[in-house]
Amino acid sequence: MKHVLSNRLIWPALVLVALLLANLAFNHSFFNIRLQNGNLFGPLVDILRNAAPVVLVALGMTLVIATRGIDLSVGAVAAISGSWASMHIISSGDPSSVRVVLTAVGVALLMALVAGAWNGFLVSVLGIQPIVATLVLMTAGRGLAQIITSEKILYPDNSPAYKLIGGGYLLAVPFSILLAGIIFGLTAILTRRTALGTLIEAVGVNPEASRLAGIRSRSIIWIVYLFAGLLAGLAGLMLTSNSTSADPNSIGLFIELDAILAVVIGGTSLAGGRFSLAGTLIGAFIIEAMNTFVIQAISARATDVFKACVVIAVMILQSPQARAMVTGAFRGRKRAVVVPAGSVVSPGSAAISAPAPATPDTADGHTAATSDSILTKSSGTTS
Amino acid sequence: MTTTLQPAIGPEAPSKKRSLKRFERYSPIAATVVLLIVMLAFGGIRYDNFLSGQALLDLFNKNSYLFVLAIGMTFVILTGGIDLSVGAVMAMGTVIAAQLLSKGWSPALVIPVVLVISTVLGLLVGLMIDKFKIQPFIATLAAMFLARGLSLMITDRQIAITDTFFQKMNLTHINLWETTTNTRRGVRVSDVYTTWSVVIALLILVIAFVVLHYTRFGRTVYAIGGGESSANLMGLAVARTKISVYAISGLCSGLAGILYSFYTASGDPIVGVGYELNAIAAVVIGGTLLAGGAGYVLGSVLGVITLSVIYAYKDFDGGLNTGWTRVMIGALVLLFIVLQRVLVARRK
Repeated sequence: MKHVLSNRLIWPALVLVALLLANLAFNHSFFNIRLQNGNLFGPLVDILRNAAPVVLVALGMTLVIATRGIDLSVGAVAAISGSWASMHIISSGDPSSVRVVLTAVGVALLMALVAGAWNGFLVSVLGIQPIVATLVLMTAGRGLAQIITSEKILYPDNSPAYKLIGGGYLLAVPFSILLAGIIFGLTAILTRRTALGTLIEAVGVNPEASRLAGIRSRSIIWIVYLFAGLLAGLAGLMLTSNSTSADPNSIGLFIELDAILAVVIGGTSLAGGRFSLAGTLIGAFIIEAMNTFVIQAISARATDVFKACVVIAVMILQSPQARAMVTGAFRGRKRAVVVPAGSVVSPGSAAISAPAPATPDTADGHTAATSDSILTKSSGTTS
Repeated sequence: MTTTLQPAIGPEAPSKKRSLKRFERYSPIAATVVLLIVMLAFGGIRYDNFLSGQALLDLFNKNSYLFVLAIGMTFVILTGGIDLSVGAVMAMGTVIAAQLLSKGWSPALVIPVVLVISTVLGLLVGLMIDKFKIQPFIATLAAMFLARGLSLMITDRQIAITDTFFQKMNLTHINLWETTTNTRRGVRVSDVYTTWSVVIALLILVIAFVVLHYTRFGRTVYAIGGGESSANLMGLAVARTKISVYAISGLCSGLAGILYSFYTASGDPIVGVGYELNAIAAVVIGGTLLAGGAGYVLGSVLGVITLSVIYAYKDFDGGLNTGWTRVMIGALVLLFIVLQRVLVARRK
């Protein structure tokens, strides 16, 4: 078991190490960590701290994707919770009061839970496809955040208790890192030391079959969207607390993309059915390390182009067709047709990888494609 | 070989209940029309001059680029795909146009260059989706990052366009008829006008309509959305068509960028954030099934007009929070998705 795990994570881990070394080449004090006023400082600490909100969102996203879903609304949910908490703290007479901050955080997280429940309802009860269902809140959520703040940018800057969540220190370590670490640990225990993780994977492989096997797939789907909403809300608090500003248009903008990217880099398949929390963690660190590297080596403006190239490279590496092409090139032409035909039979990818690996120039290729499609069709009717 | 199969390709197989089914096919569009009439009536009652000729034409004048985006998106969604890159590609179009014009290039060269670049980007996305079986949403997400990143690398601020042709397209009004309006300062006579951008958008609409409903390519688009493996078994050019719809969406996004730079006389790398959502919303509100295979490009136009009316509420009502327009669009999308679910469930 340990061997398999290390095998799956070895490539992302190597990429992370390579990125850190590349950073070191540009900045020779990159690995230096110093103690200043009793708190830890240094480029590595910065990377961990910047990664914390992405880690939170990506953890929720991992479980959602494992059920063959997707949550595009996490950025909007972060905007709602961040805006509401900032609004409450500013409009209360006493921003430094711990009780005010606790109320703000509590209510904001409750709102995030409601948002998650809403997504879960659309997906599991109404049966709307996840991309579309979460698109609704992605559109409307930022609108709600704008309504909360009356289209203003808020600055919750004189509340030390609120500042702690995203920008403060506890026991010399940035609080956000501790928080993300604790939540990562809890998620890992909940999913891997109980049956929950296996149930989530079962739903991802085949919701109908898992329901027939006695799994409450509807509740499982609901739980993962609730979890994703809650963590997105927490990330929103972290972001607004760290920057001490809340602009409903920009809190968590594109964080859903970073989270999906972290999940995919970490080796969790978008087809659902299996997930790796450690992979997601490494994926989030890779994104932050890459951002730092691109900003140092080229310019901050180039980060988006780099991310795009990484997404494309990772997706092509993960696709069975690309692997078939590579193995086909090594093993001769005949095998290249056989490999994709085999991949059609595998349960997870059946619907997606159906008919295309045809080589239309030869008659053989054409018949191969046709038999593929028949295979897919029959497996579609039985499931 | 394909010609013999054509009668079975349409979104509905012929059956005895054909006369009934024919109406059911149009029910999402009927819902959109009713909604639009109600919304226009609401605006007319609530705000002065909301239903005046100019205000109605402004629904088109101010959103010509959104029409073009939605038309391209319709092709993609009809095949069962999705394109999240349209807003970013549009921004890239405005930036490339503005940058090349500021270097002294002629508009006659700049416009084709922008269209070719955006089409090639769409083509590459289509190839990725078809050859490597990457899910459309993640492939177009990558394209979105790429287009946005490339625009930001070209410039990180707005570039003004001083080219005379672009200025002319921005300022020229096509006067249609004269009207008298009662203002607080008395009766005013003015021309009711539209713009060349609207004419271009209408032209694209006509082309898209003909292509989708009267060509083999269009029928293949519907067939892929109806069932990709069946379309493949029928011997249709599935791969080529699937790649083409993303190229078409890229082309439309590039053209939308040109229209946007006509409208604002500038190129801006951060324009169009979230426009992909507007385009998808317009297509959904227009009654196209997100699973693909059923829907009309004219419906998408109705969808854009619906969004335009929501924006017009905001224009007419100074006190309305921008957030409400987003919430209203989200609510409408939800309404139509649920309606689609009901219709699909009933069909089964």
